[in-house]
Amino acid sequence: MTVAALPIIEARGLRKAFGGTVALDGIDLRIDEGRIVGLIGPNGAGKTTALNAILGLTPYQGELKVLGRDPWTERDRLMRDVSFIADVAVLPRWIKVSQVLEYVAGVHPRFDRGKAEGFLAKTSIRSGSKVRELSKGMVTQLHLAVVMAIDARLLVLDEPTLGLDILYRKQFYDSLLSDYFDRSRTIVVATHQVEEVQHVLTDLMFIDRGRIVFNCSMDEFEMRYVEVMVRPEQVEAARALGPMHERQALGRSILMFDLALNHGDRQRLAALGEVRTPGIADLFVAVLGDKPGKAGEARGNYEGVAR
Amino acid sequence: MNSQSDAVPEHFDSQRSAPAAMSETRPFYWSVRRELWENRSIYVAPLAAAGVYLFGFLISLIRLPQKMRALSTLDPAHQHAAVTMPYEFAAGLIMATTLIVAVFYCLDALHGERRDRSILFWKSLPVSDMTTVLSKAMIPVVVVQLVAFAVTFATQWIMLMLSSAVLLGGGLNVPTLWTQVSLFQMSLMLFGHLLIMHGLWYAPVYAWLLLVSAWARRAAFLWAVLPWLTIFAVEKVAFNTSHFAAMLGQHFAGGGQAVASEGMSPVIGVQFSSLSSPGFWIGLAIAAIFLAGAVRVRRYQGPI
Repeated sequence: MTVAALPIIEARGLRKAFGGTVALDGIDLRIDEGRIVGLIGPNGAGKTTALNAILGLTPYQGELKVLGRDPWTERDRLMRDVSFIADVAVLPRWIKVSQVLEYVAGVHPRFDRGKAEGFLAKTSIRSGSKVRELSKGMVTQLHLAVVMAIDARLLVLDEPTLGLDILYRKQFYDSLLSDYFDRSRTIVVATHQVEEVQHVLTDLMFIDRGRIVFNCSMDEFEMRYVEVMVRPEQVEAARALGPMHERQALGRSILMFDLALNHGDRQRLAALGEVRTPGIADLFVAVLGDKPGKAGEARGNYEGVAR
Repeated sequence: MNSQSDAVPEHFDSQRSAPAAMSETRPFYWSVRRELWENRSIYVAPLAAAGVYLFGFLISLIRLPQKMRALSTLDPAHQHAAVTMPYEFAAGLIMATTLIVAVFYCLDALHGERRDRSILFWKSLPVSDMTTVLSKAMIPVVVVQLVAFAVTFATQWIMLMLSSAVLLGGGLNVPTLWTQVSLFQMSLMLFGHLLIMHGLWYAPVYAWLLLVSAWARRAAFLWAVLPWLTIFAVEKVAFNTSHFAAMLGQHFAGGGQAVASEGMSPVIGVQFSSLSSPGFWIGLAIAAIFLAGAVRVRRYQGPI
């Protein structure tokens, strides 16, 4: 029996303004069950505002349903089925590890304390420690252990690995994929660290100035976009094919093509140079490249992670 | 539980393997416990006050036999007052401590969680803003008062035991002391006084402080005090009267009747009779409005 995928999140004309500043400018989106969606955008693009609206932390205009509920009026009810990690340090510093588990077990009907203790046993976190005594990485491990022990339908992550070292960051997504994610769950993650989520995501959304400017599945992304490191003598020939973006790296020209637009097939491009799947950061710059002011900013944000 | 809102997304719930049934009071109970984990001063401060007082009392016991002998020459009324005075003073000290604890607790209760960003964690759990605010209001209105009662009761009991031991050692009459210090009656009165006066009559103050702590970005104490000072000052300057201050003063003396000048001495009936005064119920209504405001404000608030 095949069941049509359920929309976990459905938004139509989602708007939010702070005073005169428009944070969300009429967003339409639909996220289905079993997806891992990356919400990518520069600072101030509206990522956190969008997530806050989904989590019932901020009022909004327009239509928004999460698991069939209105998040603003039914936050506490919704939070039985939605878990949420907002950047790294939101666990109160005074609380003991054992108290975190005790409290969540007390208030959350879908929390499995034994499971959380199992995850914690694999770390060096002791149950008598206070959060203030833990390193930033350990606090994230603790929060993740709690969240993974909650049988939720939707997990929302807002910059969950910001400021963590490389080992913790890798571990974070590895545990999520191996110990938590299955086809009945949905994950939405907003992050700047696009390189490390590229292999995790099933879907990609770019948000800029309060609008969804790009939306595709990772399968489509891999089929459709290619990057060619063009040999110097063939740059002109490559440019004639109408690349969506061009950049220089290590003295070579790297051109990005949208195979759906260019009608260029992979073989023809392979003749021009080395063909590969672009990084999310590079695609982001290419997609927003036609907006000079914003593109520069986006480039600045992503330079650190671009190859 | 089976309200309409629960029925709407049924196709989501029907997929769950186990229906998540949980009593509505459980989050409330755990939220109150959580407050006690975070704010240990609720019981540490009165315990410390009691400890310091007991230490002083212990030293004063050296003079007790001498004092008891001198007392026997006095008339019964003065005798009673002189014997019970240290016990009432202990109660007063612990009450004052817990009042300060309650005020500072309220000012920080909904402010601290925004300051340290932990509000994002609390709001990620299925606990409503109403449950959170009510559990925080529960602390000064009930929990702090129960702690004050327990600590005072224990302190007075220890005082009585220590005194008896000293008098026994000096070969003096212990039963006289025990008839003068009627611990049971004193505790009953104290219990009524704490819950009715310090809990319920003062509820609008706690509720106001909670509202300010939910709303203010900084300097919660100033915001809590300034409006009232302003009203007082304007009234004074404009009309050269102070009805407003008098009204507040009267309310917090329990409608002007609950606390008589004898301190702890009024019979327990006075405490309960204050419940029939309109001021009491008006105060509770105002407290409810402030708390409803705090619930609403917290809904919109995020980290600061």
